[in-house]
Amino acid sequence: MSVIDFLVPASEACLRSGPNDKIVLSSRVRLARNLRTVPFPSHSKKAERIKAFETLMPAVKSLTLLGQEIFAESMDKLPALDKQVLVERHLISREHAAKNAGSGIVLNREENVCVMVNEEDHLRIQALRPGLQLRQAWMAIDAVDTALQEKVEFAFSERYGFLTACPTNLGTGIRVSAMLHLPGLVLAEQINQIIQAVNKLGLAVRGLYGEGTEALGNVFQVSNQMTLGEPENDIVERINKVLLQIIEHEENARLSQMEKKPAVLLNHIGRAYGVLGNSWSISSKEAMNLISFLRLGVDLGVFGKTPKSLTDELFLRSQPAHLQLAHPLREKLGSDERDLFRAQMLRERTSLIPNPDPQALLGRRDESSPE
Amino acid sequence: MVCQFCKLKEASVHVTEIADNKVKKVDACAACAKEKNYNDPAAFAIADHLLGLGAAQKMEEASEAVGALSCDQCGYTQADFKKSGRLGCAHCYDIFSDGLDSVLKTMHKDIRHRGKVPAGMKSAFEGAHKLEGLNRDLQVAIAQEDFESAARLRDEIKAFKASE
Repeated sequence: MSVIDFLVPASEACLRSGPNDKIVLSSRVRLARNLRTVPFPSHSKKAERIKAFETLMPAVKSLTLLGQEIFAESMDKLPALDKQVLVERHLISREHAAKNAGSGIVLNREENVCVMVNEEDHLRIQALRPGLQLRQAWMAIDAVDTALQEKVEFAFSERYGFLTACPTNLGTGIRVSAMLHLPGLVLAEQINQIIQAVNKLGLAVRGLYGEGTEALGNVFQVSNQMTLGEPENDIVERINKVLLQIIEHEENARLSQMEKKPAVLLNHIGRAYGVLGNSWSISSKEAMNLISFLRLGVDLGVFGKTPKSLTDELFLRSQPAHLQLAHPLREKLGSDERDLFRAQMLRERTSLIPNPDPQALLGRRDESSPE
Repeated sequence: MVCQFCKLKEASVHVTEIADNKVKKVDACAACAKEKNYNDPAAFAIADHLLGLGAAQKMEEASEAVGALSCDQCGYTQADFKKSGRLGCAHCYDIFSDGLDSVLKTMHKDIRHRGKVPAGMKSAFEGAHKLEGLNRDLQVAIAQEDFESAARLRDEIKAFKASE
């Protein structure tokens, strides 16, 4: 079975919901682990990488925690399109998508535990959850890690903890991150302040696909940088606390925009609706920035009962690999063709959304200031 | 300009060294530069970018501290570490630990692991940490000329080591 058949369709994937998911799109915890006796993947010879692969794939596949139905494959068996779809679903890194023989992926049926074999480390095990669920994600991946430790021996030092290829991951090997949708803070021009404050707390703020990527569609990824010198729980709790504060700031920014500048908000949301519903060629960057305002409109009740899953689906389906997948010929599209096809898909789906209702914003403003 | 070593290829690495108040200029092609170990000092800037400001300088100090060390298990060298900011294998952490601590200090909360420990390692891990704590207390007691405590700590350490 190909991974595309294994994955649920985009529409279904976007139905997953969790706490605070108006602002927190998803939570993730990943652990980096290495075998004690084999050099790290970046420095190992092909034979050593294969040895690590052949040790780790069966160990991961046999984890009862992952359930009966899993997808497990060597990266060289995956077509480029399938790899790109996995990147767009945030299941593997862009670096891992570039790997071939000697690297692999194991994914469970729920698509909430995904293991990369021979990425930068021998193992990158990750748990994903919709909305703000960092604790749940940590507990899930902690259990997977503990179960794996009964099967293989990880590189561990009494001094430095779990040993990793890059010293930035040393100790716990943990990376706790959440994907946030922050249009309110961007519109209120408070986002840079927030990013600076978050950076000062030792957390990194990045774009949609992690390290070195742009914050398209007002989506930001917040994650810890320090991995050594404190327990996993402290790291998880610290980020959780910071995220709750960011959520509060985003909510306040939205409220104050609604009170002070409802016309500006409506203008952004209305124009986004207009362009998405009527364009015949649209780049992914423009589309994502407009879909962000559509999502904000849905959050604020401007589009009646339209579920936010619909805007999330538009976001996912606008990505290059998902577009190609939806194309009748499944051929690799040139960027011009892609922009045409993206516009067509967006027009069709935006037509399912009712016209924006200005009263939803203006009415709410009257309620909040009765005098 | 032609490489001064092989005199064949175009020189792409230009290094000016000042040692003992003498200026020495080297113009080499990429292959000869690598062979003669003339590294591109700009390579450190990548570490700054990746690991935060100041990391590059610390890494340079670290790689100087470890000298020409290389890992006897995977063959990883100081130059490899300098270039990539990564290590080759688990054993590298023992080999390069002297220089590594200063790098780790710039990127982490502390340089001692306080998180999850594999089930089979727990007693050894706790033992190592207890011993480290006792040694630290002993140093403090000696510095404060509190010889009564120092003597007690010394005996404790002795007894702890004997019990292991």
